[in-house]
Amino acid sequence: MRRVRKIHLAVAALLCALIVPAVAVSGGNGSGLPTSIGKGEGSLNLIEWSAYSDPSFAKKFEQQTGCIIHRKDAGSSNEMVALMRTGGGGGGGQYDLVSASGDASLRLIYGGDVQPVNVRLIPAWKDFLPAFKSPAHNTVKGVHYGVSVQWGPNTLIYNTAKVKPAPTGWASIYSGKYKGKLTVPNNPIQIADAALYLMQTKPSLGIKDPYELTQDQLNATVSLLKQQKPLLKRYWNYATDEITSFKNGDVWMGAGWPYQTLQLQGAKAKVKEIVPLPTTGWADTWMLAKKAPHPNCAYMWMKYVTTAPVEAKQALVFGETPVNPKACPFMNKLEAGSCAKYHLNEPAAYYSKIKFWKTPVAQCGWKSGNDCMDYNAWQRAWTQITG
Amino acid sequence: MSVEARASQSAGPPIRRARLHAGAALWRRPWLKGAGLLLPPLVIFGVVYLGALAILLVSSFWTVDSFTGKLVHTWTLDNFRIIFSLSDPTYLRIAGRTIGIAAAVTLTDAVLAFPLAYFMARVAPPRVRSVLFVLILLPLWSSYLVRIYAWQTILSGGGVLDWSLRKAGLPTANIAYTNWAMWLVFSYVWLPFMVLPVYASLERIPHSYIEASRDLGARGFRTLRSVILPLALPGIVAGSIFTFSLTLGDFITPLLVGGPGSSFIGNVVYENIGINANVPFAAALATIPVAVMAVYLVIARRLGAFEAL
Repeated sequence: MRRVRKIHLAVAALLCALIVPAVAVSGGNGSGLPTSIGKGEGSLNLIEWSAYSDPSFAKKFEQQTGCIIHRKDAGSSNEMVALMRTGGGGGGGQYDLVSASGDASLRLIYGGDVQPVNVRLIPAWKDFLPAFKSPAHNTVKGVHYGVSVQWGPNTLIYNTAKVKPAPTGWASIYSGKYKGKLTVPNNPIQIADAALYLMQTKPSLGIKDPYELTQDQLNATVSLLKQQKPLLKRYWNYATDEITSFKNGDVWMGAGWPYQTLQLQGAKAKVKEIVPLPTTGWADTWMLAKKAPHPNCAYMWMKYVTTAPVEAKQALVFGETPVNPKACPFMNKLEAGSCAKYHLNEPAAYYSKIKFWKTPVAQCGWKSGNDCMDYNAWQRAWTQITG
Repeated sequence: MSVEARASQSAGPPIRRARLHAGAALWRRPWLKGAGLLLPPLVIFGVVYLGALAILLVSSFWTVDSFTGKLVHTWTLDNFRIIFSLSDPTYLRIAGRTIGIAAAVTLTDAVLAFPLAYFMARVAPPRVRSVLFVLILLPLWSSYLVRIYAWQTILSGGGVLDWSLRKAGLPTANIAYTNWAMWLVFSYVWLPFMVLPVYASLERIPHSYIEASRDLGARGFRTLRSVILPLALPGIVAGSIFTFSLTLGDFITPLLVGGPGSSFIGNVVYENIGINANVPFAAALATIPVAVMAVYLVIARRLGAFEAL
């Protein structure tokens, strides 16, 4: 008899544990969004790019909120999506937040793996650069599925000792001058880079948006990338692969991120990067998992990482640019001139020249109809090119 | 008097009596003992292994809604139509490359392993033999990933391979990130799995057979061809099951040492699971290695590989 009562108690306690935090964050404003952040659950599980919760700023958060961070580093956008979809999707009741890049975020939204976020609970949000308040890669029909955190352009990295004269634009990774010494990322979203290049060089194709391609436009892009393939030493999978290839001289020029350049320059390798405009870029969003077990800690984290001093710190740790321009003086305090170096002080026109990653979907944005190629088609095309 | 009756008379406490009962029942029905021993592995095999295979097979006939990423449970051959499409032979090319390199690796390992195993089994004194054993098994002590990264360094531009070739006045190999690199690395990592079964089969050949062959006037080569090789063949085939299937299913080596155009079936499966969780298409692709291995195992059985394992 006593045993039965204990079980009852346990069940009741479990139910309470499940319901109480849910009540705390789900307010009564009709849309089902929380109106205030409740008490922390003591734990926070992140799927992140490596160093996105670097101890240099995460320690303080843990001390302030009591939310202990458990990290799962992902190596690629696909890995992030796969992790979010394990255990029945929505983070599997295990993960709270994912630092999804634009090529993954819409997949997570349409797949029902993430839930809407009340940006009013994130005070820094109203300070964000306009381009990152409601970007197409994390906001659908006015509903926010997370808060932007950092961004960066895709850059052209080159070996200053071998590549002379210095490259001036993306044309250099499609020409045969450095055949066998080039590298590009192994990622279907790379198709957009080629599409953007064709937008400049072949206006007759009528490409309006490098992420919204019709079948014909995609075919033209694929044939350009097939011509590029024999020029490449390799497609890089992880940032470290590219760093290694530059270090040991296998590769002289390639597409990458400021992160690789910083790591290489830190290791005294003779490399430089340029950002040929227009270019593609990535912007990352902390997205809230549908089955997040610690939503309060998740909100506290989104609130914390978007504050100006933390944004500045993270930007310099990873080599990327904050979405909060108030981070500028903090960046300069940490490293003189870094605000300008990471282009945080650019005018709005600069951002319109960077086409941020977004998951391709069938619904075209620039014309009516559903005859744009979706991500499945991009993936198939990418396998066709690289496989 | 029956066994049970005697047991119940002699045994005191009920637990002991029950145990005797059970023991007696097992003694009278030997099949019960066999069933008891086999049941747990059979359940695991049936549910976990065959069950997973069945789900794989079934889901390969489904599709995924590209917009929501949800499974569509309607039966269709679309996945297979894409894979076996002749107008766009991407997947056939990848499957062909996977099987081709697996076969090349198997052949290379067989050629390398045979003399080594022969030396160990029939020539080397016991101490040399144990040293060789340790040397062959030593790489298995370190992580597979570490060894592949080591090869990446060896093969790269400033690596040991090209450096030594240059020192020797030879042209550099320059095979980093190519299919040649994959072939080399695969042949290296799976070699122990070929050496061991070949060694076992060579060691089992009675010395009298070789003496008999010599008595009948056969020279060394004739003995090798007519006596040793046929008797060692099951061992070679057994080893080839390992090298072939391990290469067929790999996706890490192509990722790390492969170049443009080095994808394996495993890579495409991995990419499709990550993207839109296109599990059905990945499952359809994964049936190719299953089918290839089924055919391979039937042939291996014919050649007597299972007696050598």
